[in-house]
Amino acid sequence: MSRGGETKVVGHSERKVDALALASGQPLFTDDVDVPGLLHAKVLWSPHAHARIVRIDASKARALPGVACVLTHEDVPRILKTTAGQGWPEPSPYDTPMLPDKVRYVGDRVAAVAAETREIAEQAVRLIEVEYEVLPALFDLRAADAPGAPVIHDEPDAKAIIPVPYWPERNVAAHVDMRIGDIDAAFDASDVVVDREVETQYGQHCPIEPHVTICRIDEYGRLHIRTSTQVPFHVRRIVAQACEVPVRRIRVVKPRIGGGFGAKQEVLEDLVAMLCLRTGRPVKLEYTRSEEFVSSRTRHPAVSRVKVGFGRDGTMKALYLRARTNTGAYGSHALTVVCNCGAKTLPLYHCENVGFDGDSVYTNLPVAGAYRGYGGTQAAFALEVAMDEAARALGKDPVDLRRALHIREGEGSPVFRALGEGQEGVEQKIGSCGLARCLDLGAEAIGWKDRESRRGSGRFRRGFGMCALMQGSSIPEIDMGSASMKMNDDGSFNLLVGATDLGTGSDTILAQIAAEAVGTTLDRMIVYSSDTDLTPFDVGAYASSTTYLSGEAVRKTALLVRGQVVEVAARMMRVEPADVDLPGDGTARAGGKSVTFEDVARHALYARDQFQIGAIGSAISHASPPPFSAHFAEVEVDTATGKVRVVKYVAAVDCGTAINPKLAEGQIEGAVANGIGYAMTEEMVFNDRGLCLNASFRHYRIPGTLDMPEMVTILVPTYEPTGPYGAKSVSEICINGPLPVLSNAIFDAVGVRLARAPFTAERVWRALSGKGFGT
Amino acid sequence: MKVTVNGREVETAPDPCRRLLDFLREDQGLAGTKEGCGKGECGACAVLLDGRLVNSCLVLLGQCEGASVETIEGVAGTALHPVQEAMLQLGAVQCGFCTPGLVMASVALLRENPSPTPAEVRRGIEGNLCRCTGYVKVEAAVLDAARRMREA
Repeated sequence: MSRGGETKVVGHSERKVDALALASGQPLFTDDVDVPGLLHAKVLWSPHAHARIVRIDASKARALPGVACVLTHEDVPRILKTTAGQGWPEPSPYDTPMLPDKVRYVGDRVAAVAAETREIAEQAVRLIEVEYEVLPALFDLRAADAPGAPVIHDEPDAKAIIPVPYWPERNVAAHVDMRIGDIDAAFDASDVVVDREVETQYGQHCPIEPHVTICRIDEYGRLHIRTSTQVPFHVRRIVAQACEVPVRRIRVVKPRIGGGFGAKQEVLEDLVAMLCLRTGRPVKLEYTRSEEFVSSRTRHPAVSRVKVGFGRDGTMKALYLRARTNTGAYGSHALTVVCNCGAKTLPLYHCENVGFDGDSVYTNLPVAGAYRGYGGTQAAFALEVAMDEAARALGKDPVDLRRALHIREGEGSPVFRALGEGQEGVEQKIGSCGLARCLDLGAEAIGWKDRESRRGSGRFRRGFGMCALMQGSSIPEIDMGSASMKMNDDGSFNLLVGATDLGTGSDTILAQIAAEAVGTTLDRMIVYSSDTDLTPFDVGAYASSTTYLSGEAVRKTALLVRGQVVEVAARMMRVEPADVDLPGDGTARAGGKSVTFEDVARHALYARDQFQIGAIGSAISHASPPPFSAHFAEVEVDTATGKVRVVKYVAAVDCGTAINPKLAEGQIEGAVANGIGYAMTEEMVFNDRGLCLNASFRHYRIPGTLDMPEMVTILVPTYEPTGPYGAKSVSEICINGPLPVLSNAIFDAVGVRLARAPFTAERVWRALSGKGFGT
Repeated sequence: MKVTVNGREVETAPDPCRRLLDFLREDQGLAGTKEGCGKGECGACAVLLDGRLVNSCLVLLGQCEGASVETIEGVAGTALHPVQEAMLQLGAVQCGFCTPGLVMASVALLRENPSPTPAEVRRGIEGNLCRCTGYVKVEAAVLDAARRMREA
């Protein structure tokens, strides 16, 4: 499949560049450093879902020995911003102050303390006296815009900063709609119409490292922020905005990150930065696990409805999606997630009449934000369940139905243009699509053909489900990545990237791309991410952009450097640059002559006409080529208890060229595991006052080793012409599979439709009652 | 009181309320042991206490008098431990935050059972949560390490 010719580093499962240090426990993470004189921060969180702070008195807390600073809304400037950690100008509304005078969910910020020890800080938090005027609260996303509903953002200064629909007086944080063709007429003309609504729940990313930030004032009086973030450059900009400090006085350093999955795109560093600025001392704020659940960010819960019409022959006549997402107390990613509900699903199938309505509404529940899958997760559940039901209604094999309808190489979709992320989209033609092969290989791996014979008839019933998926690679015409590279004495290179490795292995694959492009081996590439003083700008790790976009920036940069290496080598060998060949082993050759990169570096640095071999390069994207995937699962349902065991799970994925196949597989396996957790067990549960009842790993169950099925991962190589060495994204797509696949498999096993996730034993058992299983 | 940390005897004030985790990270400068939940639910802080796998966030320093503690920093000798080597080679490390705990759990498992079945590996590391890998490559690495150790 490779159209780029033979590659020596790209496409090989090189060892992750940071793996040795990580596996031997080196102090690499935010909290692994010893900072003398460190203050510990603690936050007073709201006990009410919706209340006005009538009076707040921190005098007893301030008087406690060992307390260095207490901040309430009375002590900090009121600057509304968004914490979404997006590029400027953000599509999320400016509705979030550093500290509010009206709390909007249980877990909202009320006040912050910095003290000599954690214990003193905790004690001081308890000494803060707050008088609340408790307001009626809103928990039901369906009722958010009903007449008489409590208005959550009634403050006059909340606003959208780009021209997008924003109706806080109705609790609508975002709205999007789109019509292509005539869907009403097309539904009328359809022979089979399926109308399916599904609901997804509050879920949390659960990075094993919670949010942690250490701020200090450095030797030159600048604010130094060491933080567990996916977006160091956005942290710098947004902390500058919130704390009224110029960008130039802030440095943000991202060390190794213990997972993010979108939670660490959220910029929550403003509060600890302000404590540091006020005290002039180093301050650390580290979330506990329960704070991570409730007061960092969550996935937007959603009610998604797909209505799809078919002709008798199986052509899709009309496709309509209605998505309502719950953004919680603040509008972080409200618009873009709901846009992506449509944008990452509707182009998948050929259809001339497509409609989409999306809203994101405020409620008095925890704040939703970016989470791997990002709207695709919620809407693919609805679409791929509807496709399954349509296949049954049409008497077709679900694999065949998708095989006949899916978008192909060279084709476009009107949806691409109509729907972007917070603005109009960008027209694009599919440059690579391996979905047909994913369907074939996935079906073979699960044993799709002989599934009928494996159902069973007693208490335990087996079932088989599948789905097709697409995602994107970067946000076209918005995202930007860049890299800089310089050559050292020994022919090695420093590669500096703003792209943020949060555990994904992006440092490794970017180094592979650089080594390939410049013509050397991976061990001569010293990669560093990310430090706003040292590395060039990158929007950060989100929107499945790092391999595709930051990778292209690295490739362009490395090619500039390669040109300089060739020129110096040509001079040294007294040949024309055009005659110099770089075979990829850190040498340059021409005719029978040869010089090493070390010779080249020494010549350039010490001999004559010296200069630093090096370059800086940037890339923007004009398309967002979708990776494609087909998922298959086998489940066993215990009809007596409702317990579902996922027996086997197959994910076949077209991510273009896998720059590092082993790391790509790791992304797929991790995403599937996370998706299985969301489908089967994970749900934040709230009481009638909006308090989360299960903010711990014991009670919010993410998968452990014993929960995992047999997993099969299949990479289906294609070549994406717009991506570096043919690469597309791989990180997000596979989290979207388990919800529809497992719902379809359960239906296949026992004939009941699980439309509300997670598919717990209790929900399955309730659905089964009265269906004639057992007694 | 005295406690042995990675083979080295350490004298420390007997603070009965101090968690073993904080003693290791803050007093001993051994930051390889991680805190993921502080409640014994994730295994990121796993260490060996007299050879037994424990969550160091649930152990008080006062319980460790005269005991021997082994952490991730003490696992490798002149060469990496086979579990570490296998994890590197088979791509079992993603963000790496849970890796020290997983290594400790795997080392404990393989000392007790040098020839585990895949199911026994899953049981042996069930107390360690990982959100990145889906455990596929982690399990493969532990099985591979067992093979290397048997053949060594």
